[in-house]
Amino acid sequence: MSFTRGFKGRGLSERDPRLPPGQYDIGSDWPVLTAEPTPELSTSSWTFVVEGLVRHRVTWTWEEIHSLAPDAYEGAIHCVTTWSKFGVHFAGVSVDTLLAAAEPLDSARFVVAWSHTGYTTNLPLEDVTGAKAWVVWEHEGSPLAAAHGGPARLLVPHLYFWKSAKWVAGLRLLDHDEPGFWEVNGYHDRGDPWLEQRYQGD
Amino acid sequence: MGTPAPGRWQKAIVESTTQETRSAKTFRLALTKASPHLAGQHYVVRLTAPDGYTASRSYSIASAPQEPGHIEITVERLADGEVSSYLHDVVVPGDELELRGPIGGWFVWRGATPALLVAGGSGIVPLMAMLRLARRTGRSDLVRLVVSVRRPDELYYADELPGPEACVVYTRETPASSRRPAGHLREQDLRAGLMPNAGLMPNAGLMPNATAYVCGSSGFADHVTGLLERLGVPTGHIRVERFGPSG
Repeated sequence: MSFTRGFKGRGLSERDPRLPPGQYDIGSDWPVLTAEPTPELSTSSWTFVVEGLVRHRVTWTWEEIHSLAPDAYEGAIHCVTTWSKFGVHFAGVSVDTLLAAAEPLDSARFVVAWSHTGYTTNLPLEDVTGAKAWVVWEHEGSPLAAAHGGPARLLVPHLYFWKSAKWVAGLRLLDHDEPGFWEVNGYHDRGDPWLEQRYQGD
Repeated sequence: MGTPAPGRWQKAIVESTTQETRSAKTFRLALTKASPHLAGQHYVVRLTAPDGYTASRSYSIASAPQEPGHIEITVERLADGEVSSYLHDVVVPGDELELRGPIGGWFVWRGATPALLVAGGSGIVPLMAMLRLARRTGRSDLVRLVVSVRRPDELYYADELPGPEACVVYTRETPASSRRPAGHLREQDLRAGLMPNAGLMPNAGLMPNATAYVCGSSGFADHVTGLLERLGVPTGHIRVERFGPSG
């Protein structure tokens, strides 16, 4: 490893062990990083679909998805642009609950999440099962703002946050990995912040 | 359209630094591994402390792609920015920096299609790479740029702006020569800047099939997106880059 002349960085005492490598604590800010205009989506026509390699293709309306067992997440989120945010609280439904209704086939190995805007992102199926992923519509007790993906977004907080698709519309289960919007543009297929999987090849 | 992975970390030598405004500096860098970039892409700069601690931030490329092995990045100094303050306060020509890139395949202009560029403040950086590319290839006819800044002394690249295909809008304080009073960017500013012949041809539309590239703060991006949609640019033709803090 080579050092940068004159750069001391933060002292050891200032380091937070909850921060993955290369990340910093942004505090109370929550930057909006989106490649598209923010859409205005009405909850009256909103739907969420689980399809692909499943026994039943299931669609939920806004009211139907709210009737499922509620679940919540409190913890950190990590953006690939190097900020992390702690103590964030989201509420919605566990992806496990949604998949249980659709019954994935044994051949399903990967997921493509897509958004009402056309945004896509790919994930291994095991990264959205086992109480690791949610569809959320509440942030700190209030409806999730459109700029942050409202009315509902995917939440996969153990991976970089671009995997947590805003304005999520559904999950498609596949037997192969199919790179999404940022992934075909050089970003990593998995995106584990603790392994610094920022770009393809990391 | 996909772009290849950004390659590995590489060394770059700082050739020169230029004070762009009171809070922004441009760094001209010589890469050890020349890799051609697209206008709109960025590099990641990584600083490493003697104990192994690292801090990295992304910075847009300001220069056109025509100088293999060289790039320019413009960095705004943020008060709490551990990377930007190091780059501003410590780095001098001859220093070595660690870089990775070029990165990004969405907010890029390849130089052959009509493009409407709208920048807020330091959001000019990736759009300047696009304007410079157009000028260097003799395709200024394909681009129109509107940049919004608060005051004349906050305009980056002031020796190249405004120009025949580029206009500057001031929101708080105008230069003495300006006829437009200070104020926020409005629909008519975009109409005048993006459709310079609108007065002669009242029914002229924006360049057909143009892609709009909007870069600035999140509030600016939302505001401009709304204006562009009202001017008839389809949502699917608008690409947005919002800055988060990148200190």
